[in-house]
Amino acid sequence: MAATRRTASKPLLELTDVKRYFRVRGGIPLIRKELNVRAVDGVSLSVARGETVSLVGESGSGKTTLGRVALGLQPATAGHVTYDGREIRSLSAGERRALRKRMQIVFQDPFGSLNPRLPIGDQIEEGLLAHKLGDENARGKRVREVLDLVGLDPDYASRYPHEFSGGQRQRIGIARALAVNPEFIVLDEPVSALDVSIQSQVLNLLAELREEKGLTYLFISHNLDVVGYFSDRVAVMYLGTVVEMGPVEQVFKKPQHPYTVALLSAVPKIEAHDVKDRLILAGEIPSPINPPSGCRFRTRCWLREQLGNPDRCTTEEPKLAASPRSPDVSVACHFPLENGLASTTAKGRQAIKVKTKAASTKAVPKAAPKGRATKKRSARA
Amino acid sequence: MIKRGTPLLQVRDLAISFRTSRGLLRVVDGVSFDLAAGECLAVVGESGSGKTVSALALISLLSRRQSVIEGSVKFKGKELVGLSEDALRPIRGGGIGVIFQEPLSALNPVTTIGEQISEVIVAHRKLSWREAKKLAIGYLEQVEISQPDQRVRQFPHELSGGMRQRAMIAMALAGEPSMIIADEPTTALDVTIQAQVLEVLRRTTTERGAALLLITHDLGVVAETADRIAVMYAGQIVETGNAADVLRTPASPYTRDLITSIPSFAARGRKLATIKGMVPSPADFPSGCRFAPRCRYAIAACTTATPPLAPVGKSRLVRCIRAKDVVSGAARRAR
Repeated sequence: MAATRRTASKPLLELTDVKRYFRVRGGIPLIRKELNVRAVDGVSLSVARGETVSLVGESGSGKTTLGRVALGLQPATAGHVTYDGREIRSLSAGERRALRKRMQIVFQDPFGSLNPRLPIGDQIEEGLLAHKLGDENARGKRVREVLDLVGLDPDYASRYPHEFSGGQRQRIGIARALAVNPEFIVLDEPVSALDVSIQSQVLNLLAELREEKGLTYLFISHNLDVVGYFSDRVAVMYLGTVVEMGPVEQVFKKPQHPYTVALLSAVPKIEAHDVKDRLILAGEIPSPINPPSGCRFRTRCWLREQLGNPDRCTTEEPKLAASPRSPDVSVACHFPLENGLASTTAKGRQAIKVKTKAASTKAVPKAAPKGRATKKRSARA
Repeated sequence: MIKRGTPLLQVRDLAISFRTSRGLLRVVDGVSFDLAAGECLAVVGESGSGKTVSALALISLLSRRQSVIEGSVKFKGKELVGLSEDALRPIRGGGIGVIFQEPLSALNPVTTIGEQISEVIVAHRKLSWREAKKLAIGYLEQVEISQPDQRVRQFPHELSGGMRQRAMIAMALAGEPSMIIADEPTTALDVTIQAQVLEVLRRTTTERGAALLLITHDLGVVAETADRIAVMYAGQIVETGNAADVLRTPASPYTRDLITSIPSFAARGRKLATIKGMVPSPADFPSGCRFAPRCRYAIAACTTATPPLAPVGKSRLVRCIRAKDVVSGAARRAR
C-alpha cells in the first residue's frame, strides 16, 4: 500500500503498516473496559539516506509516537520497522545498542530535555560513555568539537543548562545528538519553542549539518512554514494515519487531500491576501480511542459536505494510494482534489467539481457550500 | 481606517521597573501609543522584549511590591497609573477585558466555566447570579462553543485547549468591555484551531466595536488581524505604523530582519536571514540604540545616543537613525 518515491538506493528507514496502540482503562468502575488509544494506526513510510522527511499534523495526530517507534524507543504494536535493511524487532540487545549509536533524537523542549544539575559537557559526553567511545581525553575533545560544530564556545562545557538561553539549549540538544556521530536524527519539533530570529539560526545550523555530514532527518513539526522550507518530502498525518505524502513541492503546490488543503489554508500569511479565503475547519481532532468509521477525517471534512455527504466516506476507509495525477504523491481520499493551491481559496473551493465516477448515487455536488466550514468573517473595518 | 478624535486608550512614556536585589531595573522604557475604539493594535516582539509586561502594566496587573510603573495610561480620559486597587476593579474586566495565553493556568480549575463567566457578569453588571447564569450560556454561544447549555456545567479540565481559549474569550466578553487585551491568545493552539479562535476573536470584537490590543510574536497573525502594529525590542517600541505597510516595507532593521528570518515554502533553498546574538537582558541593555550590537546597518553614531522614535513617511514612527537607508534597501530588494 505504500507508494512512496523509490530512490535508487534502498531506504535507510522503512516503516510498513506500523501500528502503535496504548492501552487505557475506561468506562465505569466494576465494568471497566480495556480500550486502545490508536496513536499510530497503520502507517507505511520510507526515508532514503540523506533525505529529510517531515511528519506534519495537529496535536494528537500521532507524529511524535511514530518518531519514537521509528527509533525503537517504543515497540510497534504491529507492523515492521526496518533500519538499513534489518528489522529492529529481530535484533539482539547488543545489536540494538549498536544501532542506537547510528540514530539519535533532538527533543522539542530545550528546558525539559536537559538535566539541570549536570554540566552540559557531561550531558553531551553521556552518549559517548554509553557506547564506550574513546578514553577520557578523546571524549573531552569530542565534546569540545561538537560544541564548536553547533556554534557554541567549547569552554561552555563546564556550565549548567540554566546559564543558557532557549536557542543555545537547543544547540546543546543538537550537540548531544551529534556526539556519537549518527547518520539518522529524529527532530521532534526542534524549533517550536524558539523565537523567530533564533529559530532561523537553528534551522540554518540543521541545514548546514545535513549538508556537511549527509545526515538523514525525520522532522516532526506542526509548523507548515518550517516543513515547507526545510524538508524534501512530507507526510501529512491525521488521527494516526498518513492522509497525504509526497515531495514538498507537489504537496504544498498541489494539495490533493482536503485536510492538507485546510492545513495550508489555516496558516496565517504575511503576504497580502484575502482573509476571506481562509478555510476554517469545524470542530477538533476526534478521540483516537474510537476514530470515525470510514474516512477518519469525514467528521470535519469540508469537501464531503460540499459533495452532499457521500456514503462512501462513512462506509469505506480510503487507502493511501498513488495519485493517478502525480505518481510521487500518495493520497488517502475517495475524492482527491485536482485544483492545487486554488482549492485553498474560497472561490477555488466553490469551483471544485469532483468526478463522481466511483461515488454513490447520493454524491450530487451542491451548488454552494454550506455550514460552518466555509463561514467567513467580514473584513475588519 | 483609523478613527480620529480622542483615542479610547492613550499611553504616554510608559516605563516599568522591577525591584531587584541590585536596585531598580528598568525593563520597559518610553512606550507611547494610542488605541481607538474598534481598532486592533498588535504589539509584536520576541521573548524578553517587554510586550507582555507593558500590556499587564496598563491595568496595573503587575505586583506593586515588585514593580514601579511610571508615565501615563489614560483610558476614556481617566488616568489609570497610580489608581488604587478599589478604583481599578471596575476597569479590570469591566472596561478592559484580558485574555491570557495559557487558559489552563488562567482559568480556575475548581469552578465550572459557567460560574466563572457569571462571576464577571455579577461583578461588573449588577445582575443576579440567576440572570448571569442564563447570560453565560449566550456568551458561550457567541464564541461558538457547541452545546453551551451543557458546557457551562463543565470544568476547565474537561475542555480541549481550543475550547478553553474560547471560554477565556467568553469570560472577557462577559464584562462587555470596550477594550480587550489578548496576550498570545493562540500561541498554544494548533493551526486549524488557531484559525477558529482568531475568527471568533475578530468577529466578537468587531461586532461590539471593541478595541483589541493583540500581543503576539506571529507576524502572520498580525497581518491577518491587526490594523496597526507596534514592534518592540529590548523594552522599547522600535517601529509603529499601519500593519500592512510595516510588514511590506519595514523601516527598522530589526523589523526587517524579523520578517526575513521567517521560514516558508517560498524561501526554500535560500539561507534564512538571522539576527546575530540574542535579545539582551534588561540588566545589560546597550547604551545608544539597543539593537546596534546585532544590527547589520549599525554605524558609530548608533552607539552614542538613543535614537528617538521619529516619523518616517506619513504614518510611521521608527527608532533608527538609518531608517531611510533601510527603506531604500528594502525597496531595492523588492525591485
